[in-house]
Amino acid sequence: MTTRKMEGRFGENRLDYGGQGVLGKPIDRRDGVRKVTGGADYTADWRPAELLHGYLVCSQRGTGRVTGLRVADARRAPGVLAIYPRVPGLPDAASDGDILHPVPAAVKHIGAPLALVVAETFEQARAAALLVGIDYSGETQGRYSLIQEKSVARVPAPFLFGPDYVRGKKTTDDEFTSIDATYTTPSQSHAAMEPHATVAQWENDSVTLHVSYQMLNRGRQLLARVFGIPEERIRLISKFVGGGFGGKTGMSVETVFAAQAARLLGRPVKVVMTRRQVFTATSRRSETIQKIVLRARPGKGLEQIQHRSVVANLPGEVFWEPPGVGTMNMYASDSLEITHRIADLDLVRAGMMRAPGEGVGMLALEVAMDELAEKVGKDPVAFRIECEPEVDPLDGKPFSSRSMVQCLQEGADRFGWAKRHRLPGARREGEWLIGMGMAAAIRLNIFDQSKARVSLSKDGRVEVETDLTDIGTGSYTVMGQIAAEMLGVPMDRVTVALGDTNLPLSAGSGGSWGASSTGTAVFIACEEIVGMIAAQLKVSPKHLKLKDGKAIVANKSFEMVSLLPQGGLEAVGNAEPGSNYQTHVQSAFGAHFVEAAVSSLTGEVRLRRMLGVFDVGRVMNMKLARSQLIGGIIFGIGGALGEELVVDQRHGHFVNGDLGEYLVPVNADVPPIEVHFLDTLDDWSNPIKSKGIGELGISGSGGAIANAVYNACGARCRDFPLSPDRIWAAIP
Amino acid sequence: MPVRRHSYVSAYHSKAILTLLHGLLRPYACLNYGEYLLITRRPCVQGIDRRTAMALSGAVGVAAMMPDPVTASSSVGASAPQTVSVKLKVNGESQSVQCDARTTLLDFIRDHLRLTGTKKGCDHGQCGACTVAVNGDRINSCLSLAAMHDGDSIETIEGLAKQGKLHPMQAAFITHDGFQCGFCTSGQIMSAVALLDEHANGQPSHVTDDIADKAIELSDGEIRERMSGNICRCSAYPNIVAAIRDVAARR
Amino acid sequence: MKPFQYLRAGNLEDATRSAVSSENARYIAGGTNLLDLMKLQVETPELLIDIGRLPMETIMPHKDGIRIGALVSNSAVAAHKDVRESYPVLAKALLSGATQQLRNKATTGGNLLQRTRCSYFYDIAMPCNKRQPGSGCSALGGFNRMHAILGASDTCIAVHPSDMAVALTVLDASIETINDAGVNRTIAIADFYTDPAAQPNAESVLKPGELITAISLPPPPKGEQHYRKVRDRASYAFAVVSVAIAGNRAAMGGVAHKPWRAFQAEKYIADDRSAAVSADAELAEAKGYGHNDFKIPLARRLLTAALDGSFLPRDRS
Repeated sequence: MTTRKMEGRFGENRLDYGGQGVLGKPIDRRDGVRKVTGGADYTADWRPAELLHGYLVCSQRGTGRVTGLRVADARRAPGVLAIYPRVPGLPDAASDGDILHPVPAAVKHIGAPLALVVAETFEQARAAALLVGIDYSGETQGRYSLIQEKSVARVPAPFLFGPDYVRGKKTTDDEFTSIDATYTTPSQSHAAMEPHATVAQWENDSVTLHVSYQMLNRGRQLLARVFGIPEERIRLISKFVGGGFGGKTGMSVETVFAAQAARLLGRPVKVVMTRRQVFTATSRRSETIQKIVLRARPGKGLEQIQHRSVVANLPGEVFWEPPGVGTMNMYASDSLEITHRIADLDLVRAGMMRAPGEGVGMLALEVAMDELAEKVGKDPVAFRIECEPEVDPLDGKPFSSRSMVQCLQEGADRFGWAKRHRLPGARREGEWLIGMGMAAAIRLNIFDQSKARVSLSKDGRVEVETDLTDIGTGSYTVMGQIAAEMLGVPMDRVTVALGDTNLPLSAGSGGSWGASSTGTAVFIACEEIVGMIAAQLKVSPKHLKLKDGKAIVANKSFEMVSLLPQGGLEAVGNAEPGSNYQTHVQSAFGAHFVEAAVSSLTGEVRLRRMLGVFDVGRVMNMKLARSQLIGGIIFGIGGALGEELVVDQRHGHFVNGDLGEYLVPVNADVPPIEVHFLDTLDDWSNPIKSKGIGELGISGSGGAIANAVYNACGARCRDFPLSPDRIWAAIP
Repeated sequence: MPVRRHSYVSAYHSKAILTLLHGLLRPYACLNYGEYLLITRRPCVQGIDRRTAMALSGAVGVAAMMPDPVTASSSVGASAPQTVSVKLKVNGESQSVQCDARTTLLDFIRDHLRLTGTKKGCDHGQCGACTVAVNGDRINSCLSLAAMHDGDSIETIEGLAKQGKLHPMQAAFITHDGFQCGFCTSGQIMSAVALLDEHANGQPSHVTDDIADKAIELSDGEIRERMSGNICRCSAYPNIVAAIRDVAARR
Repeated sequence: MKPFQYLRAGNLEDATRSAVSSENARYIAGGTNLLDLMKLQVETPELLIDIGRLPMETIMPHKDGIRIGALVSNSAVAAHKDVRESYPVLAKALLSGATQQLRNKATTGGNLLQRTRCSYFYDIAMPCNKRQPGSGCSALGGFNRMHAILGASDTCIAVHPSDMAVALTVLDASIETINDAGVNRTIAIADFYTDPAAQPNAESVLKPGELITAISLPPPPKGEQHYRKVRDRASYAFAVVSVAIAGNRAAMGGVAHKPWRAFQAEKYIADDRSAAVSADAELAEAKGYGHNDFKIPLARRLLTAALDGSFLPRDRS
C-alpha cells in the first residue's frame, strides 16, 4: 500500500499529459443500463430466502418517557414472529454517531423508533405495528420553536468549526451604507427518493447488512460500537444508493433493529422506513435565524461583515449547522465577525444536509449583498467584484485556487445581465412581473482519508475496488475514468466495484469529497502500477506513455499485457489529507443568474431560466458534473420557494412529513438551466487538481432566486421559503 | 478569543463523546416478558439463542393493559387477512399468484413477481417511483391493490427493452443523463413512454393553451407538466426533458 | 392496513346489497385516496367492495347536456372532446389536479368523495373530529395554513381538496345514485356536501350503501369558462385557493369543506355591482384561523379578477 498525503503543490502528472484522453470527457454513466432497465439493486430489492419483514413502531409523543409497550394484540396478529424494543444505547435516529443516548425509555422527539414488529410478510408486519399500544408518562411542553428558544441559545462546542471568528474592528457607523437584517430559513428534509432500508442476515457471528448508506466505513464503525462486536464481523453493502444528500451519513436506526431481529430469529430481516418515518426518524436540516450586518466602505468594497447565526438541535447532539461557513472565505472587509449559537429543540436530530452551512448561509448572505448593493447604488455583480479578496479574508492564507471574478463576469456576459432593469417592477407582462437576480457561490473543498485497490490483469483488464458509494454522484464512472486515464486503457476494459466494506475502505460519499478523495487513492494506486511497468522497461514513468493498452517508450510500443507478471499487477492507494489544509484555503466557487416571473395577483413565482458558471478545478466527467450542478441548483429552488418542514408548536408533530405536503421541486418548477465550467485546475487540492462539486450548486442559487423575485416585483422577503402569500404581502 | 477553525477532517476523526453501550448480544436489557414490554435500564439477559428468543417472544399474549388514548379507538383484530388469487399479465407473461388481499400492485410486482425495478419511494402516490402501465395507462402501482387488477395487463420497466435492445427512451435517458441515483428512474421512464402516447392521442395537459386544441405541440413546458408526477430529488429534470424531447423528435 | 374482506361486485345490485350487509363497508374504484388512508389506518373498512368493473364507464353527450359515468377516469373526462369544447372549466380543473398517473386511476365518483388533506386527519395520533367525532379539532389551534375560511365551524376547519368538484359546482352538476333497494335519486351538487358543524365525519348526503352512478351536466352556461388555481408549486400540489368561472357563475376551491359556489357574488354581479364589491360580499363572512388569514385577501383578489375577467387564465408567465 502506498500512502500519500496532500502536501505541497501538485506538479504536472499523468492526468495532465495522459495519453488515453478519457478523463473529463462526457462519458455516459457506467451504471446507466442497469438503472434504466430496473436492474440496479437497491437495498429493499434484496430478498434472501426465508426473509422476514420488520416495521418500526415510533413514538407519537415528543417528550416524557415511554413506560411500556402493549403488544398483546400485535403479538396475536397473523404472521407476527416477534416484537423487539429498542436496543439500549441506540440513537434516536440516523446518527453521525458522536452521541448515542443511553436511556431508551426517554422520548426525545415525535417519531423516535421504539420497537420493531417482525412478521412473515410486509402486510402482516405493518398491520401488527399499528396494534402496538404505547404508554407514556411525564409528558411536558416540548421546545419546538427556534424563535422562542433563541434567547437561551448558547455557544456550541466546536464541531466542524469553532463557533466564533472575529477579525478586525469596524470603524464607522453610517446607516446609509449598511444593511442590518435578519433572515430565517426553516427546517428542511433531505427527502432522498429511496427510503432508509436495511436487509440483515447473520452467518455464525458475522452479519451482512445491505444498507442505504453514503459512508460505509463510518457506518460500520458506529454499528460495531452499538453491537459490541468487532468491525471485521460486520459487512456493509450499498451497491446502489437512492440518493443521500447527507441524510444517509453515519448509521441509520433501522439497521440496528434489523440486525437485532435477524440475530434473534435466525432469519434475514428487512426493514424499510415508511416515507413518514424518513421524515421523523432520520435527520433534518436545522432551522436557522441569521442576522447579517454589512457595511459598505465609502469608496469601494466592504468595511464590515457580521454574520450571526442561531441554529438548533436535539439536546446532546454535537453537530450544528454552520451558516457562517461560506461567509468566512467570501468577501474582503475591514472587519469580519462570524458567530454561531445553538438552542435545544425537541425534534428529530438536525444533521448534515447538502452543503451544511452554505446551503442556507449563502441564501442569507447573498440576499444581504443584493440589498446592500442596491442601497449604495451599485450593480450587484460589480459590487461583488469590488469585494473580492486577494487572500482568505479570515486568516490571510492564500486560496488554493479562486476564480470567483471570472465566474461573475462570464456568468453576467452569458446571461445577458446587462439587460436587467435596475429598479424593481420595471418589466411587466400582463399579470406577471419579470426580474433578474444573481448570487455568488462558495463551498468548502474537503478531502478525507480513502483507500482504493487497482489491479491490472494479464488479459488487459483493469479493476478498481473501494467501498466508496455511488449515490448518484457517478463514482462508478469517474473512478473508472481516472484509472483508464492513468493506465492508458479504454473505458470498456475497466470495471469498478464499489459499496462493500470487504473492499478497501474510503471516506465514502458526502461533503462533496468522494470523487477527489477516493479518486486520489485510485490515482496513487495507478501511479504505483505505472511505476512497476516503467521499471520493467527501465524508463522513468515520465517517459512512459500508456494508451489503448500499449506502453510506448520513445518510438517503441509494447503490449502492456506482455510486460505484466503472471498474476498481473495490483496496488492499493491510500490518500490522506495533509498540510495543504494548513497552508491554503480550499473552496469551489461559482455565480448564479436567474430570471423569474412573479404574479402580481397571487405572488406565485415561475422561474424562466437559470445559469451558473463554476470554478471546480478539474472536471472529471463533463456530463456528470453538469448534472450534479444542475441538481444542486434545483435543490436551491426548493430551499428558496417551497421546502419547509412545518412543526406543530404544541406537540412537535411534523405537519407536512410526506412528499405530498413537503414540497420539493417537481419538473414543472424547473426552468432551462445552463451550467458552464471555467477551465481551471487546483494545484493544491489533490493530484487530480479537482474540487468538490456535489454541494456547490445549492450554495447561493436560492439567493439568486430571491434577488430575482425582488427585482421582479420589489418584494424583499427575508423569511424562507418564499411562498406566494409571503411574496404577495411584501410587494410594495 | 476566537476559536480556530477545525478542519472537517479532524472533526471526522475526532473520537468525540461516546457513551457506554449495551451490545447487540445483550439486547434484552429492558424487557419484562409477557404481554407488556416494560422498559427499564436494567440488563437482564446476557446473550440469547434463537430458540429462547422465539420462546420468549411467543410468550407475549394476554390482554391489554390500560387503554391507549390513541389506538384504543380503532377496533382491534377485525377479520383475518384474506388470501386472494390474482391472475394477470406482466410484460406479456401470464402470472397467477395467491396473495394477501392487502397486497398493493406495487408490492405484488416487487415481492411476489420479484420484479424489483419498480420502486417504492413513498407508498402514497406522492412521488411516482412506482409508475407502471396498466392496460396502457400509467398509474401509481402503490395506490392500487393487486386484487383489483385481476385480468389486467401490466407493463413494468423490465418489459421495455426487447431482445436485449434498450427502448429508445431508456437509451435517451442514458445519453442525456436523465438520472443520478437512479431510484426514481424506472418510474420516470415509464411515465415518459406513456407521455408520448398520451400526447399522440391528443390528451391535453394543465399547460395546454387551448384546451380544445387537437394538435398540441409537445413543448418543453408540456413535457415538464406531464412529467410532474415523478419526483427526482437528484433533480435531473432538465436532462429528463431533453431525453423525452429527443425521443419525441425522432418519432 | 387492517385486514378486510375483498369482494369484486358483479353488478350494481351485488355492490349495494353487500355494502349494507356490513357496518363498515367501503366501495373502491380507483383507490387513490382510499388506499392512501387505509395504509395509515385512517380508514379501516372490514369489507372492501371493488366496483371497478361495473358498467359506469361511459361519457354520453346528449341534447340536454352530458352524462359522465361514475367510473370514468379523471384523465378520460379531461380528454373528452365534448368536455373540452363545451365544459372546458371541467377539463381545466381536472388537469390542474394531481398527476397523469393519479388521474388515470382516480374516478369521477371517487373524486367527488375525496377526503380532506388536513394533516391532523391523516395522523391517527392526533385528535380529529372528522376521523373520531368528539375528539376535537387539532387544526384549530394548530398549523392551519391550508384550511377553510368559509363555512367552517369549530368542529372542523378542513377543506375539500377536489378541483373537479369546484368545476362541477360552477356547472350546476347533479349526482345520480342508486341504493340497495335499487332506488335511484338525483342530487344537485349544491345539496351534496354537508356542513361540518353537526357531523364533521359525514361529508355528503349519501346514505349507507348508496352508490354514485353518474354525474350529469346541464348545457353549459353562455360565456367564458376558466379555472385558476393558486398553489405552492407549479404542479402536483393541492389548491391554496382556486376559482372557477363559467359565464356569470363562480365557485371557489380550497376555501371550505365543500366546493364553494359564490352565490352572493353572482347575485351582486347580476345587480350590476362591481367585481370588487361582489367579491367582498362573498367573503364578508370569511374567517381566518391564523396561518390561513392570507387566504381571505387572496380569494378576494382572485374572485374579483375572475368576475371582471381581468386576469389571464394562466398560472404561468
